[in-house]
Amino acid sequence: MCKQDNGETVNILLAGVGGQGIILASTIISMAVMESGYDVKNNEVHGMAQRGGSVVCQIRFGKKVFSPLIKKGSADFLIALEKLEALRYADYLKKDGVVIVNNFKISPLTVLTGQSQYPANIDEMMEETFSHLHIVDGVKLAQDLGDVRTSNVILIGLLSHYLPFKKEVWINVIKKSVKEKFRDINVKAFEIGREMK
Amino acid sequence: MKNQKELLSGNEAIARGAYESGVNFAAGYPGTPSSEILENIVNYPGIYAEWSVNEKVALESAAGASWAGARCIVTMKHVGLNVASDPLMTLPYVGVKGGLVIVVADDPSMHSSQNEQDSRNYAKFAKVPLLEPSDSQEAKDFVKIGIEISEKYDIPVILRSTTRISHSKGIVKLGTREENPHKIHFEKNPQKYVTVPAYARVMRVKLEEKIKKLKKLTNRIGINKIILNNKRLGIITGSISYQYAREVFPDASFLKLGMSYPFPDELIRKFASLVKKLVVIEELDPILEEHIRSLGIKVIGKEVIPDIGELNVDIIEEAKLKLSGKKIVKKKVLKKLPDLPKRPPVLCPGCPHRGIFYALKKCNVSVVGDIGCYSLATYPPLESLDSILCMGAGISACHGMDKVGYKNVVGVLGDSTFFHSGMTSLLDIAYNKGASTIIILDNKTTAMTGHQHHPGTGKTIKDEETVHISIGEIARAFGIKRVREVNPYNVEETYKVLKEEISSDEPSVIITTEPCILNVRGVEVEPCYIDADLCVGCGACLKVGCPALEKVLITDKKFNVQINTVLCTGCEICCQVCKVNAIKKE
Repeated sequence: MCKQDNGETVNILLAGVGGQGIILASTIISMAVMESGYDVKNNEVHGMAQRGGSVVCQIRFGKKVFSPLIKKGSADFLIALEKLEALRYADYLKKDGVVIVNNFKISPLTVLTGQSQYPANIDEMMEETFSHLHIVDGVKLAQDLGDVRTSNVILIGLLSHYLPFKKEVWINVIKKSVKEKFRDINVKAFEIGREMK
Repeated sequence: MKNQKELLSGNEAIARGAYESGVNFAAGYPGTPSSEILENIVNYPGIYAEWSVNEKVALESAAGASWAGARCIVTMKHVGLNVASDPLMTLPYVGVKGGLVIVVADDPSMHSSQNEQDSRNYAKFAKVPLLEPSDSQEAKDFVKIGIEISEKYDIPVILRSTTRISHSKGIVKLGTREENPHKIHFEKNPQKYVTVPAYARVMRVKLEEKIKKLKKLTNRIGINKIILNNKRLGIITGSISYQYAREVFPDASFLKLGMSYPFPDELIRKFASLVKKLVVIEELDPILEEHIRSLGIKVIGKEVIPDIGELNVDIIEEAKLKLSGKKIVKKKVLKKLPDLPKRPPVLCPGCPHRGIFYALKKCNVSVVGDIGCYSLATYPPLESLDSILCMGAGISACHGMDKVGYKNVVGVLGDSTFFHSGMTSLLDIAYNKGASTIIILDNKTTAMTGHQHHPGTGKTIKDEETVHISIGEIARAFGIKRVREVNPYNVEETYKVLKEEISSDEPSVIITTEPCILNVRGVEVEPCYIDADLCVGCGACLKVGCPALEKVLITDKKFNVQINTVLCTGCEICCQVCKVNAIKKE
């Protein structure tokens, strides 16, 4: 995964549910990219969708980036904090793209009220859809760590394997991105993810 | 500092640009996608900043500050510029002293808005120069250019962003602050500042002279540039569309417009003469396209580029195929997936709006709505909102129905919305002997746009203490006698109060008392639970539409409901709705 060295742009799509910490994840990755000397653009969703809606953030980096948006079929990485959201944006992924999914379900209101069903075989659907799939017990690991909100950083830890940035860069960026009292726990979360595989 | 770079969103970059250009006065009203500009400006030294009660007030305040010599920035979303359009249309006549930049953020595709108007139209309408950045670096730089143009040509400048500019981050080179050279002083000059008809007629002629000079500028300014490449295809574009187009047409020639009004006619003619085929790529209205055509230049535009919704690389690739006359083959996706359950935004678990809309549904009345989180009560299962037009209409449109004899109706709007433009609507009801029932959903913040302060919170944008304005006292001062408070978490009481006020033939105002649940922090919550032995699976609780309640199949046909204790805030609305008292607290 070092194609960015020959000038090609790398595309990362983050998906999840409003309130899950997608924007923080996007900021951490984008800053790690910048500190590692690449051009980077990202796009974040604010406003109405943050009220429990489906949310995406997009990050693109390389030698020179124009569009902040990823086109369909071109994402190198899809990071999903919720399983249904991984499938929802599957058409953005390129054929051999890598998928990192939080093993976590949040039912949309349509499911909660019985109008539609959360796919019972969602894990199988993901296995069939994605050729490079990591399902990570992010929420459980984060709970064990002491803060359920750090599952986003655990996933970033696993993503960091695929990206050519130094570990110190990641750690520094995480420290800069969260409030002081959450620094240590987020660094630990990153290390848990990074040690996976 | 000189080589310092930062990763900034368009909004953060605009705030930085205001700081670097010596801006002293900043005002605005929150609205997605513009809100973070002012929220970031607050952190810079040397700038007075305020959340104004609405955009009209913001622009008028900035006009005064500018006339006294301050450099000013005003921020708002696209529909906010409609509110501010009154001062906007006359300010170009009067002009400025300190530079004045009006930042307007459009929302193509209506991610978080009620319409997708193309605010570029205002530039031509009001006769003001228009700047359109295409990334964060330009967003910062164009504020400074805007201030310079404003001061040099004695005119306000519109800087237009869009959702994808405002909420995309990019690397920005920082600069240092250049202080405003003007002394704060207002010089008496009625021919410049007083728009009585005799003087305004003279200003009107002068405005055309300003535009004439600006036309010269727009043809030579550095931010309008020709990028020559292969001359078979020339693309005229600006804003975010430029970035998409560069991606799709790496070999084409470009005329990239950073200043798109006044139209740079000479530059357009020159570019058109250099290339074989000319295409305009612009989001929303065909503004550039129609103008270019009016110059007698052959151009392709909306034949291949949609005029509804935002653009992206996929759409422009499709346009490329259309241009080449090739057949459009639907791109293969990984694998055809079954339809997934949709995930629209919802009222948060524990939201105080839930109780009032549940009670309103029981009342079986029409509900005239407004702009805010409560617009989410439109969707099932609450389905309690029957109209949304614009801020303030929650009161005035209700009044209109009442006056023509439709009485089974209430108006609802939020607290920030009430201060923004509901106050005048309520005054109109009082003055014109209306009998409407108006519900003010006072959750003590501007929730949807990210919890900004307003006159009812008792705090300024800088979190400083200020007067705490009471909505009830305002209503009473307007002469409305029936003003009642209600706790929306108490469903029965809420229903009772609603019933009484709807049947009254006097105007009445009902004010909810509970704050936005997202602002209730640090309070220990005790979630509810459902006693599975008592639950009969009737589904009554599901009708409140709370994301913490889930219908669960227990056998083939029988189901019951479970509570997600992580999400539940223990608001107890579902407990009150349960017919068999199966929902409890420990």
